[in-house]
Amino acid sequence: MVQINLPKNSEVQKGKYYQDKTGSKNIRKVNVYRWDPSDGENPRVDTYEVDMDNCPSKVLDILNKIKNEIDPSLAYRRSCAHGVCGSCAMNMDGKNGLACTKPHSEIDGDINIYPLPHLKVKKDLIGDLSGLYKQYQSIEPWLKTNTKVETTEIIQSKKDREKLDGAYECIMCACCSTSCPSYWWNGDKYLGPAVLLQAYRWIVDSRDDERKERLKKVADELKLYRCHTIMNCTNACPKGLNPAKAIAELKKMLATS
Amino acid sequence: MSSYKIIDHEYDVIVLGAGGSGLRAAVGLSEAGLKTACISKVFPTRSHTSAAQGGISASLGNMGEDDWRWHMYDTVKGADWLGDQDSIEYLCKEAPAAVIELEKYGVPFSRTDDGKIYQRPFGGMTKNYGNGIVQRTCAAADRTGHAILHTLYGQALKHNTEFFIEYFALDLLMKDGECKGLIAWNLNDGTIHRFRAHSTIIATGGYGKAYYSATSAHTCTGDGNAMVLRAGLPLQDMEFVQFHPTGIYGHGTLISEGVRGEGGYLVNSKGERFMERYAPKAKDLASRDVVSRSMSIEINEGRGVGKEQDHVYLHLSHLDKSIIESRLPGITEAARLFANVDVTKEPIPVVPTVHYNMGGIPTNYKAEVLTGNDSETVPGLMAIGEAACVSVHGANRLGSNSLIDLVVFGRAAAKRAAEIVKPGTPHENIGETETEKCLERFDKLRNSNGENSTAELRLSMQKTMQSKCAVFRTEKTLKEGADDIRKAYDGMGSISVKDKSLVFNTDLVETLEYDNLIRQAITTVDSAYNRQESRGAHAREDFPKRDDEKFMQHTVAWCNGRDTKIDYRPVTKTTLTNEVQYFPPQERVY
Repeated sequence: MVQINLPKNSEVQKGKYYQDKTGSKNIRKVNVYRWDPSDGENPRVDTYEVDMDNCPSKVLDILNKIKNEIDPSLAYRRSCAHGVCGSCAMNMDGKNGLACTKPHSEIDGDINIYPLPHLKVKKDLIGDLSGLYKQYQSIEPWLKTNTKVETTEIIQSKKDREKLDGAYECIMCACCSTSCPSYWWNGDKYLGPAVLLQAYRWIVDSRDDERKERLKKVADELKLYRCHTIMNCTNACPKGLNPAKAIAELKKMLATS
Repeated sequence: MSSYKIIDHEYDVIVLGAGGSGLRAAVGLSEAGLKTACISKVFPTRSHTSAAQGGISASLGNMGEDDWRWHMYDTVKGADWLGDQDSIEYLCKEAPAAVIELEKYGVPFSRTDDGKIYQRPFGGMTKNYGNGIVQRTCAAADRTGHAILHTLYGQALKHNTEFFIEYFALDLLMKDGECKGLIAWNLNDGTIHRFRAHSTIIATGGYGKAYYSATSAHTCTGDGNAMVLRAGLPLQDMEFVQFHPTGIYGHGTLISEGVRGEGGYLVNSKGERFMERYAPKAKDLASRDVVSRSMSIEINEGRGVGKEQDHVYLHLSHLDKSIIESRLPGITEAARLFANVDVTKEPIPVVPTVHYNMGGIPTNYKAEVLTGNDSETVPGLMAIGEAACVSVHGANRLGSNSLIDLVVFGRAAAKRAAEIVKPGTPHENIGETETEKCLERFDKLRNSNGENSTAELRLSMQKTMQSKCAVFRTEKTLKEGADDIRKAYDGMGSISVKDKSLVFNTDLVETLEYDNLIRQAITTVDSAYNRQESRGAHAREDFPKRDDEKFMQHTVAWCNGRDTKIDYRPVTKTTLTNEVQYFPPQERVY
């Protein structure tokens, strides 16, 4: 039988162990994926003992505590700290999410923190999202309208506006796309749930005059139909959105048009 | 410093920052045919504009009669007469067209029954010069900033703006008092980049992270402001720091003023709607400085709620469930996540929290940066958004006036740059001195092996600012603040950076950000110490009255690190056109 292994330089090794220095009785072990492109070493998992008596409730608080008090070299993205900017998307306890909204009390045992799956890693928990951003650009995320009216808004009924709910809220954190096995295998061609949700957002916008062209553009064996309704995307979305449903709607529109 | 390889770029114009104002400027510049680069330390949609909730003000009059002059009056009064009235006229007059333009770009605004843009009431927004509440704040549920930011990014993509993403800007390139571009560090591969441009537009936002408890993101470190200080140019009105009345107690997450706009109200431990006492007419919709001070007084006088009696409650459970669901879904989620509160049943614990910097880089209404000497401008340098002090917000910004500031002045900057810069103009030679100086600072910090961690120094700065330069100030607290903040500054002499690498070295990024923050913190405290009056967000217990004779002036402050130089320049007391008359100072009552 063929044995498939990681290349030697990608094998994840056991890393450093940082023992608690506070003397706290309430310690949790936090295992964090580390990789530095500049030192030529393999990736490793470092373990930090963290004093939970003085740590607020979210996984991001743990990372901040590690960075501020134990190991300033740990690299991760973060910004708003309340689930609107999408910077701190990562894999925690085997599930994708935003570190700033994920309570660590929901995780049993040791806390395992990895970058979003199946992205090239730039350093530690920082993944390369440039491919996804290019795909986002490819769906032309701007309003295309033939309206000649310049001085007033385009009228949109409340009902038509409601169609955008559940789609415009997407923060492009990539939790969904990087949880999708189809996207893992065909991420270069399959648009993935995050980008398809945005394609859907412009297709259902009553103000847009290029619905048909937009639909035609995504109606592609690889771009759209690599979705096999696995539903990991919807499961992973930290904003409670349902990209799988949007993709199903796209397929339905194509089947009935 | 020859060890750093430098990659050179030449552009007509560069925009530093990709939030609301930076993106709007970039779109306008690309439209005008100028070769434009937009440089940002985060991916554009991660910028802090995404956190703006309640809305964007413009006198569209979709929900009853409105007039841009009323908007102007409200803004002048909100600013406690420290705003420049030519700029405020420009802002309010241009606002409706700017919002319509955003709608055409695709912003998913909430709608009225007849399909127009929905507008909600907001603090300080009135009709007919202070006579009754007007609905002027255009909203996309309570995610207006997110909706605008993502839409503007789409527009920038449409216009093929060239982005340099996850590049950390280090310093401006100045020559004989002119700005020639900037130097940035590419976090992706560790290279150093020198951007030459005929016009450099700073759109780097505020510096909320100088404080301990702020609604601001971790990345709100005012990098552009600090670059301006290091270039020997002044910042203006830095003592005016807005505390938002409703940050979630203990966490600081913003709860939109839109909650009170939709009918929510504040109560103390006695169950009183205390705002009725402080602002009989506007009540909970008085301007933010007034509400924050009232809350602080309630807490200081022992009427706070909770175990420590150190916060108050924001009630909205009386609102119709469908209104909460359709217009306030974001704060419902935030309250659940960060206060463990179901807003349909319980009140949200809230406390005044640092939110916005009225101060920043002084500019005229065309977004050109001022030298501080009368109305003289710095050739090649512009500033917009929260980084700038144009000054439309004066001593206190009204809610929903920041988003409109971003797009109106983002557009104005692009227009002005298009007037000044001819596409493709060649760049003159500049020496290496500025580059050397910049890289010396970078290299020194990178290789520092001292005793003090960046996180410790940052915490000490934040705690000092929070306790000594807060809602209420006195000569004593400010004097202590000025001393303590300098200790935090001196700590940099022995700072330690553990990570020596160049790719995504976030240890070094945070150290550079700290270097940026501490200079602004010093400038803020010293500006506050010298302003011996109370005006807008600057409340001095030892000088409780506004002093128009002495202080109806902008503070201009230079800071070379430890030392500051404070001066004053007059507030603009003329309007831009005859379509409106100057609003002379009045007593400010809500």
